[in-house]
Amino acid sequence: MKVEVRVYPKEGVLDPQGKAIAAALGRLGHGAVRDVRAGKVFFIDVAGADARAAEADAKRMAEELLANTVIEGYDVRVVS
Amino acid sequence: MKFGIVVFPGSNCDEDCLHVAKDLLGCEADYVWHHERDLKGADAVILPGGFAYGDYLRAGALARFSPVMESVAEFAKKGGPVLGICNGFQVLLEAGLLPGAMQINRGLRYVCRDVHMKVENDATPFTSLYPKGSVVTMPIGHMEGNYTAPPDVLDALEAEGRVVFRYCETDGRITDAANPNGAARGIAGICNREGNVVGLMPHPDRCSEALLGNDSGLKMFESAVAALSTTR
Repeated sequence: MKVEVRVYPKEGVLDPQGKAIAAALGRLGHGAVRDVRAGKVFFIDVAGADARAAEADAKRMAEELLANTVIEGYDVRVVS
Repeated sequence: MKFGIVVFPGSNCDEDCLHVAKDLLGCEADYVWHHERDLKGADAVILPGGFAYGDYLRAGALARFSPVMESVAEFAKKGGPVLGICNGFQVLLEAGLLPGAMQINRGLRYVCRDVHMKVENDATPFTSLYPKGSVVTMPIGHMEGNYTAPPDVLDALEAEGRVVFRYCETDGRITDAANPNGAARGIAGICNREGNVVGLMPHPDRCSEALLGNDSGLKMFESAVAALSTTR
């Protein structure tokens, strides 16, 4: 099964990368951009056919390794 | 007195630390490879700077799963002195041996220069020889030194005297301009509640002999020697 885990800076945590990207977008003429937060996406291939188990697994992966929950939030999506 | 210096794939200040311990202090010192679990009888453990596991995912994130880190955690729990320098500090954070996390520097750049720090805690095994309140100058070289933690954790660190070093001006004033990376409350180094685990971003290993133009870092290692000789 394909699972996607998105990891991103928590609301309120300083995201200098996102800020720099937002500023660059502004300079490119995207004046409507108010804010950008930059994160990472993990495309994970998991053996098995149980979507709920895969989702629970991926959540544990996020907690244990993929995200640093002090500064990052995450969400998990079973794609197929 | 023996120093154990942990070597991860990508560590690059391990030799500097060994040199300080062995050649400058005349102590025993040995490398401990990340796959090993035996700390080889070390009385103090150093996690050196570098780019453990290439800083993949996040600085320190993968190093924490090294077999050696289980031994380091056990050693720390028993009260053994553990010092994390730069990347070693990042590893201690990811391993949960110290609270908080590192973000990319606020200037978005790698910063390599001397900084001044105020010694706020002289009760740790690595800072006992610095007068409390004194200002020390050490070099930094990092991309992720922008320390952060939830406000209640920062409050607790300050209330419990666990901010060991804070970035400051040469005269000791804590200013935003003296903060090289945006670290919360100017924090350069912290310790755990018991005080035996210390992490800092600046490099005492790179300023431990006059030949290098600065030997203000040597006292961190000498403090450990002093601390361990009094407990035996």
